[in-house]
Amino acid sequence: MYFGKGHSACYGCPLPIAVRNVLEALEGKCFVVNPTGCLEIISSQYGKSAWGVPYIHSTFENAPSVASGIAAALEVLGREDEGHVVVFAGDGATADIGVGYLSSMLHRNDNVLYICLDNEAYMNTGNQQSSQTPFGAHTTTTPAGRVIPGKVLRRKDMVAFALAHGIPYVATASVAFPRDLRRKAKRAVEFRGAKYIHVHCPCPTGWYFDPSKTIQVAKLAYETALFPIVEFEYGRLVRVRKIKKRKPVEEYLKVQGRFRHLFKHPEGSKIIAELQRIADENAVRYGLDA
Amino acid sequence: MRKVVRGFYAIAYAVKLCRPNVICAYPITPQTEIVENLAEMYANGELENCKYITAESEFEAASILVGASAAGARTFTATCSQGLILMSEVLLNAAGMRLPIVIVNTNRALSAPLSIWPDLQDSMLLRDGGIIQIYIEDNQEAHEMIPQAYKIAESTMFPIMVCMDGFKLTHAYEPVDLLDQETVDNFLPPYDPPIKLSVKNPLTFGSYAPPDCYMEFRYKMHKDMINAKKTIEKVFREWAEIKNDWGGMIEYKEGRTVLVALGSLISTIKEVAKEMGLGYLKVRTYRPFPAEEIREVLKDCDNVIVFDRAVSFGYEGVLTIDIRNALYGESPDIYSFIVGLGGRDVPKTLIEKCVSKVMSGKAKRYSFEGLKEFEEVLY
Repeated sequence: MYFGKGHSACYGCPLPIAVRNVLEALEGKCFVVNPTGCLEIISSQYGKSAWGVPYIHSTFENAPSVASGIAAALEVLGREDEGHVVVFAGDGATADIGVGYLSSMLHRNDNVLYICLDNEAYMNTGNQQSSQTPFGAHTTTTPAGRVIPGKVLRRKDMVAFALAHGIPYVATASVAFPRDLRRKAKRAVEFRGAKYIHVHCPCPTGWYFDPSKTIQVAKLAYETALFPIVEFEYGRLVRVRKIKKRKPVEEYLKVQGRFRHLFKHPEGSKIIAELQRIADENAVRYGLDA
Repeated sequence: MRKVVRGFYAIAYAVKLCRPNVICAYPITPQTEIVENLAEMYANGELENCKYITAESEFEAASILVGASAAGARTFTATCSQGLILMSEVLLNAAGMRLPIVIVNTNRALSAPLSIWPDLQDSMLLRDGGIIQIYIEDNQEAHEMIPQAYKIAESTMFPIMVCMDGFKLTHAYEPVDLLDQETVDNFLPPYDPPIKLSVKNPLTFGSYAPPDCYMEFRYKMHKDMINAKKTIEKVFREWAEIKNDWGGMIEYKEGRTVLVALGSLISTIKEVAKEMGLGYLKVRTYRPFPAEEIREVLKDCDNVIVFDRAVSFGYEGVLTIDIRNALYGESPDIYSFIVGLGGRDVPKTLIEKCVSKVMSGKAKRYSFEGLKEFEEVLY
């Protein structure tokens, strides 16, 4: 088993789904680097490691650099055939505290597959906002107050960020579509150089929905175009997951407690309108409507 | 081969002879020329089985080496000052993960105010992190310390810092008797750690440890650091057999009054000690701290005078704290002078002045020496 034995994730956690699918797709031929965060805490307790592949955790912000180091060592020691260097990192580690190091690794185009498991906040420390937290969401550091209705900034666009480095492969995926994720992992490692896959991972604990609904919520994010599923090779958009009948964003928002205030707060309707505008923008930008 | 080279080259050439697999650094004065020299060797194809990686910060350089070292590569970086403290989170992590990374620190003062000139405040700040620290007196010693540093690090599985004064050593041209490849190859076996990241034997590196086992890890680290003293002595002795004898963890010359220091300052002190008929103590290995060895040689003398170039603000000189502790319950009077911060020159006359203060009974527990009147430096 590449991953799973004895992990301590919450009920309904999407992280093991994503990790298992990627590792199985790559047949366990992986050197995993994992920064501090939920995945690390649920899987790497001394004596109870859930990993059946070589695994290293160093600090919160340095996973891309550690991965570069492993890739360099494998190259000079003639061990590249042993496996792929794969980073599994949360959105905070990827887009906030480690973003400079990610940029550096992508800039050097090191032979690393970087996978961001995005649950849209710092869940390990108890749900604080990250740059991936969507507009209007309640977190413990962007609480829905009487005056300020949750988070008032939009998400940092990590796909554009990755593309800006000119790396050979950039894609998004969702735990709602594990077959697509597996295909993308396999496709990614066909390229030599840096690869980036951003995986949407709805978190029942932090987003306040029932743990049985993880896949359903992930699907709604795709169906509303709030999380577009796209694939780029050498900077060119090669594939998108088309949406047959795009749903209004309210359908995604109303199933999650973190957006509950938007339906009561005087500013709520404006925020919902802004989120709809972002979804429409995504649909046009990537040609998502079937 | 005897050549007149700068300190930078003495280091870089020795690193090359040690056959590193991954070199990674970020520019900072007065370190940069070390990695420039290595980059040139790399560009000219002189480094076999080696990758030279340009990092975007010192933090990243250290992080890259964590990955490389865990995967079984021999690694090297150089830094100092702001760069060292930016690295510190990673280096302390590497110490806990027991990765034998070799770091040359070209000692430089810390900001603020900004200073590119030498003192020991930077490396002293990492004193308690589980990193072996060796302090260097001159460029020949620096050159010869590199293969020894690799052997010590890889035998003890601790990161090691070779600390040499910025400018005073790095920029100085000195005749250096350069080592040859055969000597180094015979002394330093290839790095092949029993435990490394491997798909055939998948292990988890960097676990977290709950309260029921964290303390045991740290106890083991401490025990191993104490035991590292034996390894260090053994490596130093082994080196003395094949090349120059630099002494053990300390170098000592007997006297009723003994002057104590670290780094390049000791060479000035040796001169003064000789002229005034005093003893001296050079602390070569600072962590693990050779407390028993120091107590043994200093316990019966009259005065111990410590020259410190790093301050524990709100207490006193950093080395002094350790020397006092090592001599607790013994008879010598211990005096401390804080000198040479931020590259201020420490001439023989200043050391003589400090000694005469002690001899005439005017010295206090500690004092800053070589200070100007505050008005002199205010504009």
